[in-house]
Amino acid sequence: MKYVCLIYLPEDAPAGTPEVFHQYERLNEDAASQGVLQSGGELAGTGSATSLRVREGKRVITDGPFAETKEILTGFYVFACASLDEALEWAERIPAVAHGTIEIRPLIER
Amino acid sequence: MACLARAFNDLDRAEDAVQDAYLVALQRWPVDGLPPNPSAWILKTARNGAIDKLRREKTGAAKSLSLATFDISVHDEIPHGAKEIDERLGMIFAACHPALSDETRVALTLRFAAGLSVAEIASALLATPATIAQRLVRAKRKIREARITFDAPADAALPERLHDVLRIVYLIFSEGYASATNAARIRPLLCDEALRLVVLLGELLPGEPEIGGLHALILFHDARRVTRTDERGDLVLLEEQDRSKWDTRKIVDALTLLERAARQHTSGTYQIQAAIAGEHARAATWAETNWYRIREFYEHLLAVDPSPVVELNRAVAIAYTDGNASALAAVDDLVVEGTLDDYAPLHSARAELLRRLHRDTEAHVELHRALDLTQSESDRRFLQKRISQLDF
Repeated sequence: MKYVCLIYLPEDAPAGTPEVFHQYERLNEDAASQGVLQSGGELAGTGSATSLRVREGKRVITDGPFAETKEILTGFYVFACASLDEALEWAERIPAVAHGTIEIRPLIER
Repeated sequence: MACLARAFNDLDRAEDAVQDAYLVALQRWPVDGLPPNPSAWILKTARNGAIDKLRREKTGAAKSLSLATFDISVHDEIPHGAKEIDERLGMIFAACHPALSDETRVALTLRFAAGLSVAEIASALLATPATIAQRLVRAKRKIREARITFDAPADAALPERLHDVLRIVYLIFSEGYASATNAARIRPLLCDEALRLVVLLGELLPGEPEIGGLHALILFHDARRVTRTDERGDLVLLEEQDRSKWDTRKIVDALTLLERAARQHTSGTYQIQAAIAGEHARAATWAETNWYRIREFYEHLLAVDPSPVVELNRAVAIAYTDGNASALAAVDDLVVEGTLDDYAPLHSARAELLRRLHRDTEAHVELHRALDLTQSESDRRFLQKRISQLDF
């Protein structure tokens, strides 16, 4: 079962310290060595976001993220875990959890 | 049911399978006679039926289930040992999983841990059966899709998860015991189910002091159930309750439980709350209440599980140990803090202290504020009575 962990942080969250960077490195190493880490990445700021919809066959492109909120999507992980509880344990190790919110969603597998 | 739910990680499938098995039983038992162990027969039939169905469907979901999950060992006897305990616990912990909302957890627990029907749950929670059914459908889908498993948590996670379970059980009890919006004040079904659940938890996880604490707390409240309302269904204050009608048997049981829990030398929130309720239950008359100990317990509770509501209760105890003026000062601190501004009991407690200090005009204002914040008809009658008694 794959779980996507979406990392939301307040827009004004403090920049990562070397210690936080180190925590991410350790998480990545552990999750990779245990076969849990499937994918992940950090997103560029919302200033670079572009939103696209197609309505009645026409492309509607707008500047900025889909929803203007105080908490923005800053990155994600995809973990392979046996249960939600296991995914919660890994998500708890994402340093951003201390300032923001990690939303955990199962990935539908077909 | 617990066994099948765990094997398939799917409550719908487990429910359907059990229902199908009962249908088969209805046809077969009158002809073939009763099997030696009917419940094992049902389980076996349900399991086989569910596996057949899965094989026929061959959907994505079916394929993703590993073969290992089919390995339910059905013995001729239903085991009352470790395996069954794990299954019952797994069901309760899944129903009370923190990834579900409180109202969902209450409904799931009543349905799958207490075994109530949708109709019973709906009438107990004052909702329509359709609402409850819908809530259960959504919950079951989330359990299946997010894969909330039917396992008891690992040892390290147990205290936190157990606390969650106990909170839900207490929520069920409180919903039955004192519903804020309900005209019929006490709903015994919910009180009884909460009591049964906490007894079950005590059997499944012996030696957990907080289970004993919650069990005692529920028993203390329950012992006073009949005296808590008058014949109109209106609230009767502790001070005015007929103590001769309290259920002494329940009080003695609760005191024993509390003592046993205290021997573990840990004091969690439910043990302390039970100790407070126990002080009230122990006092032969209102005048004999040991407020010094009650105040001490509230201070202890504030250290373990701080909240403004506990601070308010401590302030009420202070009125009996240090006088009304000290209590009012403590309540006023809470007023300044502001978190309980919309909490009716804060205003009615403040009104009572002001009345005792002969400041009836201010008491009048506070009671009206409390009235504005109160929906329950019987609580409103109670507040209106107090307003009419003011010398204003």
